[in-house]
Amino acid sequence: MSVLLLDEGNDVSRQALTLARRFGEPRSVPIDAVQPFAPDALAAALATAADELDATAVVAAGTERGNEVMARLAARSGLPFAANCVAVELGNPLTLTRLRWGGSLLEEARMHTALPLLTVAPHALPVDQGPAPQPVNVKRPEERELAVHVVEHIQPSHGGVSLADAKVIVSGGRGVGSKEGFAIIEELASLLGAAVGCSRAVTSAGWRPHSDQVGQTGTKVSPEVYIACGISGATQHTAGLKGAKRIVAINSDPQAPLMLNADYTVTGDLKEIVPAISAEIRRARAGRTS
Amino acid sequence: MVLSDDARAINTQHLGFTMSPHEECGVEEAVRLIEANQGESVVVTLGPPEAVEQLRDAMALGIDRAIHLHSDGREWDGESTAAALLEAIRADEEAHGHFDLIFFGNESADSAGYQVGIRIAYALGRPCVTGLKKVTLEGASVRCEQEVEDGRDVYVVPLPAVLTVKEGLNLPRYPSVPGRMRARTKPVHVIAPTRPEPRLELVRLALPAGAGRRAESLGSGPAAAPAVVEVLVKAGVL
Repeated sequence: MSVLLLDEGNDVSRQALTLARRFGEPRSVPIDAVQPFAPDALAAALATAADELDATAVVAAGTERGNEVMARLAARSGLPFAANCVAVELGNPLTLTRLRWGGSLLEEARMHTALPLLTVAPHALPVDQGPAPQPVNVKRPEERELAVHVVEHIQPSHGGVSLADAKVIVSGGRGVGSKEGFAIIEELASLLGAAVGCSRAVTSAGWRPHSDQVGQTGTKVSPEVYIACGISGATQHTAGLKGAKRIVAINSDPQAPLMLNADYTVTGDLKEIVPAISAEIRRARAGRTS
Repeated sequence: MVLSDDARAINTQHLGFTMSPHEECGVEEAVRLIEANQGESVVVTLGPPEAVEQLRDAMALGIDRAIHLHSDGREWDGESTAAALLEAIRADEEAHGHFDLIFFGNESADSAGYQVGIRIAYALGRPCVTGLKKVTLEGASVRCEQEVEDGRDVYVVPLPAVLTVKEGLNLPRYPSVPGRMRARTKPVHVIAPTRPEPRLELVRLALPAGAGRRAESLGSGPAAAPAVVEVLVKAGVL
């Protein structure tokens, strides 16, 4: 019995492989089998391969690319599709657990289908150490399947530290009060070589660009330290913090959700506390060099 | 989050409803395109009768009319949501002509199925581009910028097309008072589709275990600064 994997060659794909092995002997369609990227052609390739192998399931990584190609496969095959699964229990129907609300909620569901189409959420399963799956031969795609394809790639234009890779992030919320109020956040960030982040309330108010937004609909981050200043901690925001190792929350409201879910808290006015931390860092550095 | 007694929904007694962030940007983009190019914009949703408030919000931003598919309050999976919306879109296109562009959120904030827009595009036989952070009309085509890990990928597809968008595409405007007034009298066409048996059937919801951290207080006010610096030193980032 064969199971088919859309392989992106990354850690999430190897996690997807861990789950795929539950369904049989894994075979793969590499995501670069069609170049430049053309999601309809990849979905067609998966459909053909699943048919020829008489596959028991098709599995992919729960990445943007993985979810997109699998949804196209589901659309062209007329099958149900479950995105971002974290567990399955084989049987008919298949029982599965998947993430909702950016991972703030788990859904247990039954999938009624002869061919389950699933993606695996990042960080959900161990990275597979077993043998790599054997790739299937992908035929040249038909012209109409190439109607949607990448025609150009634009490099990111950011200077400074990128949110996704930052070791430290100093992030501001509604409590910062204004666009100008971010000066003290930026000062602390520059002292720490940190990236500046913000909550959705801040981008909605136009104080910071959306590229600074951390959360379910912004960037998901995984720093060593995340310093949240004046951020209440709506699930929209904390969905982006699942990878953060330590969270320091600074807020005037000790009952704010993030104050209850952080590792360290400081209660009070961030407009006094943040400059005091910056001053303390300068003092510590001066002490070290003198 | 608090779950309902049967664990099939979130207890929303003390929550307000809003449009999801991705969809709100789709609404804003549609309004801007019509402002710049003339024509008509329509908003459609599948939801309980109370969801008419979100349709009014979209019309307050400038959308011309709404189609409301009444759900029965139960969970509709991605497949049946797409089927119901497809039928409504087809009926509207027969009566009023085809849509040049149909916008969807890339994934919904709650169930995050990643599939409704794509299913509808396939059924209509139209090109679909997903995860967009920028959309530019170029005559009879649309140039689309998709957010990827190392920058953006660009696609150009002919109209009519289906586009799924993400927050950050634009900064949605706040509705004006006259906009809100006008929205009250704009037409809402109500349809009551029948819910098919879902093939992805929700059994129950659960809160993930161990999500909460145990917070340690470093004190209050500026006097806590040395303790914060100590945490940074221990973490090896200072």
